[in-house]
Amino acid sequence: MTTGVDLGQPQAQAIRSDEDVVRVRQLVRSVAVAVKLSLVDQTKVVTAASELARNTLVYGGGGSVEVVIVDNGRRKGVQIVFADSGPGIPDLDLALTDGYTTGGGLGLGLSGARRLVDEFEIETSAETGTRITVTKWSR
Amino acid sequence: MALNAEESGRLAALLGGHAEQVTARWTEIVTGSLRGRLSQAELRRQVQDLHSAIATTAGQGVVDLSAESSGELRAALTELSRGRARQGFSASETTISIFALKDVLAELVQKDGGTNALHDYIAFSKLVDELGLFTFESFVRTRESLIADQAEQLLELSTPVVKLWEGVVAVPLVGTLDSARAQVVMERLLQTLVDTGSPYAIIDITGVPAVDTQVAQHILKTVVAARLMGADCIISGIRPQIAQTIVALGIEFGDIATKASLADALRHVLRLTGVETARRQPRRDV
Repeated sequence: MTTGVDLGQPQAQAIRSDEDVVRVRQLVRSVAVAVKLSLVDQTKVVTAASELARNTLVYGGGGSVEVVIVDNGRRKGVQIVFADSGPGIPDLDLALTDGYTTGGGLGLGLSGARRLVDEFEIETSAETGTRITVTKWSR
Repeated sequence: MALNAEESGRLAALLGGHAEQVTARWTEIVTGSLRGRLSQAELRRQVQDLHSAIATTAGQGVVDLSAESSGELRAALTELSRGRARQGFSASETTISIFALKDVLAELVQKDGGTNALHDYIAFSKLVDELGLFTFESFVRTRESLIADQAEQLLELSTPVVKLWEGVVAVPLVGTLDSARAQVVMERLLQTLVDTGSPYAIIDITGVPAVDTQVAQHILKTVVAARLMGADCIISGIRPQIAQTIVALGIEFGDIATKASLADALRHVLRLTGVETARRQPRRDV
């Protein structure tokens, strides 16, 4: 985990439908603007959030997201935690391979999201579902 | 909450006996709450309509808003709330027009005195509450239908296919491209290609805030479908931040032509079709 300190209240959003994915994007964008991320980084973190939120919805059967501003002393950043209680990811290495998909997509969502953010952590098991934490720091 | 025949009779007598006074006072109270956003004459007409609807219904005996005989009263209330909803008044500004009747009745009942004054006022008050709730409900219904209409209009509005040049059509995409909209866009584009016989289509994504893998996949599918129909697609409006995001995501557009702006895309197509554009030289006589 990052050694950051929470600034302000974490903002939560349930992911139950396609509209919620749009809400997650808007929430992440507003927080990214608040920590003064550059336009490129805003777009990157919003896109990563969009991918992961859709994964939570499609593969995790819905879940929740929490967005929080973090501060490591030198820089501020956006940290987003996606959690679902779905079936988990059986083969993480395979799932993170470009072009691998079980859902008919492009197979770039998970691997692409990892490239779009600065820190990417994933905990998954069949019992507790999947929990992905990503962080994007301002430059 | 309905009034019985006796109470209705007294209500009808009150409203009928002091018709001028009731409507004048009622209009006066409502005017204050609307702060002059509705003309005095218009308001007076509305209040008179309501007054006559209530008086007529009360005159017929039992007043029960859900009964068949109250059709006219319901229609009057619905008309009022619909009008207000469309004119942009708030829910409280609308229902206050009904609740104002309470104040009017209170003054009347107090003046008339009588042994039944309190009993009557409570009964009338309950009736007014019911009328107010009905008005509120129908106000909300009107607003909901307005919102539904707007959502539909937005879907229509956000997916136009425009003709840019002979044989060149363009789809300027604006906003979120979800599956439903992507489907509409693809259908419109393919239909327009058939209708106009255009060999070129430009998909402009300047107005799409984030291009993730789902959006990219929808665009790619649209391009492939257009190609199957013999049309060439160009994607334009790729801003720097979108370009970097697409690279990081690892999305490949393959041999599909992409341009930074719609102008570049149009110039590209014109060049392909052999159209030359040049600035006009001022003609000089030698």
